[in-house]
Amino acid sequence: MKKTYKIEVDCANCAAKMEDAAKKTAGVADATVSFMTQKMKVEFADGADVAATMQAVLKNCKKVEDDCEIYL
Amino acid sequence: MTKKQKKTLLRVILALALLLAVSLIDRLLPVPGWLALVLYLVPYLTIGYDVLIKAGKGIRNRQPFDERFLMAVATIGAMALGEYSEGVAVMLFYQIGELFQGVAVGKSRRSISDLMDIRPDSANLELEDGTFEETDPDDVPVGSVIVVQPGERIPIDGDILEGSATLDTAALTGESLPREVQAGDSVLSGCIDMTGVLRIRTTKEFGASTVSKILDLVENSSMKKARMENFITRFARYYTPAVCYAALALAILPPVAGLLTGGAANWGTWVYRALTFLVISCPCALVISIPLSFFGGIGGASGQGILVKGSNYLEALAETDCVVFDKTGTLTQGVFQVTEVHPADGISRETLLERAALAESYSNHPISRSLKTAVGQEFAPGRVTDAEEVGGHGVAAQVDGRTVAVGNPRLMESLHIAYTPADAPGTVIHVAEEGQYLGYILISDVVKPNAKAAIAGLKAAGVTQTVMLTGDNQATAQAVAGELGIDQYYAQLLPGDKVERVEALLARQGKGKKLAFVGDGINDAPVLSRADVGIAMGALGSDAAIEAADIVLMDDDPAKISLAMQIARKTLSIVHENIVFALAVKALCLVLGAMGVANMWWAVFADVGVMVLAVLNAMRALGAGRRR
Repeated sequence: MKKTYKIEVDCANCAAKMEDAAKKTAGVADATVSFMTQKMKVEFADGADVAATMQAVLKNCKKVEDDCEIYL
Repeated sequence: MTKKQKKTLLRVILALALLLAVSLIDRLLPVPGWLALVLYLVPYLTIGYDVLIKAGKGIRNRQPFDERFLMAVATIGAMALGEYSEGVAVMLFYQIGELFQGVAVGKSRRSISDLMDIRPDSANLELEDGTFEETDPDDVPVGSVIVVQPGERIPIDGDILEGSATLDTAALTGESLPREVQAGDSVLSGCIDMTGVLRIRTTKEFGASTVSKILDLVENSSMKKARMENFITRFARYYTPAVCYAALALAILPPVAGLLTGGAANWGTWVYRALTFLVISCPCALVISIPLSFFGGIGGASGQGILVKGSNYLEALAETDCVVFDKTGTLTQGVFQVTEVHPADGISRETLLERAALAESYSNHPISRSLKTAVGQEFAPGRVTDAEEVGGHGVAAQVDGRTVAVGNPRLMESLHIAYTPADAPGTVIHVAEEGQYLGYILISDVVKPNAKAAIAGLKAAGVTQTVMLTGDNQATAQAVAGELGIDQYYAQLLPGDKVERVEALLARQGKGKKLAFVGDGINDAPVLSRADVGIAMGALGSDAAIEAADIVLMDDDPAKISLAMQIARKTLSIVHENIVFALAVKALCLVLGAMGVANMWWAVFADVGVMVLAVLNAMRALGAGRRR
């Protein structure tokens, strides 16, 4: 399953870091962050709990870039 | 400017004023060293407190190569070396740079988005009692009646029940010529009604309407990243740590070497040079300029009615050296027309055409329709009886009580009628009446007016091979290919053969060179998805084509193919310029910094200045497709 979320991030490199962090989160099969459109597209692994996974994604993103936001 | 940016601007101005005041005091009055530090800390903290806080958070989260952390180390280091004003200034310029970046990127993002923004805000839904209600387009059910006033955008696809108008389709097709529509016509969402009031019965939900499809496509386009984009983010991942370690080495090794050889250590000099490295190590200028260039290119293309589904396709198109065309509907109109009429001796043109058209009048085949168009008048009913298809060779019918046979040479042969053999591109139709030969008519597909220029344009843009695929016969294919200047053609292909042909061509492609296939999206979805770049044209309203293609040309003008190619090449050259420029400046500053020529001011330029120039350059991609 794929879902797109609106995000807020100030710099392009931070967006790349967020993408990395999201990809490494358990339950995420693949993730793409577009700095230009300020969106994050997450492909969830089979059977993953979307809400819980996204909480983890947000937490991991905050770790690499404190100044970011994902609108869940 | 956002609220956050306004606040930063205020802090920048305040800090600048404070810095000037402090350095004035420092210069005019004999201030002891510790007091000077305290004085300089006031503007420093004013401008840099958030950077310091974020740097602290970065350490807690084990992100040692965080940009803010590097900035904090560099500026605090400078202050520790006694370069108070420099430490404050670097922080100040870093913030100004960040602010400028935020504003410039935000602005360019918006200007591209605006260009692509064709989302209608509301629909005027007609209620049962005849009144109107302004409704969210999402809430309008299929089959409802909506009213569009002049100046409004049509929100949902539908058929016109009442009214006529001139539509501006530029947002969809890039075509500036307006289109006339009237009751009975289908209209697509996204067009702007320029003149009259239209009552429209919706045929789709908003989500399935053209405008939603396009928006969806364009918004997702930056998700599919180009190789170049991935390269630069990967590069940034190594670049920053590498420069930081280099800084560390620069701070320690030369002084130690100096001590060992019995000379002076010069710790201050080398630490200062190392701090310069830290400032240069920020990768943002590199990382921002690439997606922004691609985004600009995609935005510019969509303004011309060329929808690109991802940066990767724009990149692939720029590397394309072989373009394969499907003939019908792409290079030719796909509309058959009577192009030549050759009556036999003693027979008039009109008689020949009329007999043929009448005999064929029962059929709805494209050939029959083109004959009817050529005659240009309606026939009285009842003139034709006993029309009968003759085994794929043609038609025999009773016209005004006389037997008329219309068809290919084999039909003439089977009826033992002597005919004039014709070897011409297109479909040849022989006509005989009561066993007497009347002559033949040539019907052929018409080449699109811009097709020849489009092929020439592609060649000018660097395409080395053009190939045409068609199900038509050899003679037709040869004629069209010759007329348009196409290098190679394959005729008499069945739809399945086209995939095989393209695969054979793909196998022949050189490394790093891409193959593009251009089709009209009807019956060629497998080929579109098989090619490196699948281009569907005239795809407006054809869902299957939009689905299968990588690049969608909204109208069916072949000139858009070469335009798309030009935009792709321009975008890629801007991307390359930015990469080379940013890397070269950074490398130069690193070298000069290590030698002690470049001070922290240079470093700030390498970081902020390069980024600003890269962003400005990236914005040129937006205008890549504009007609001059």
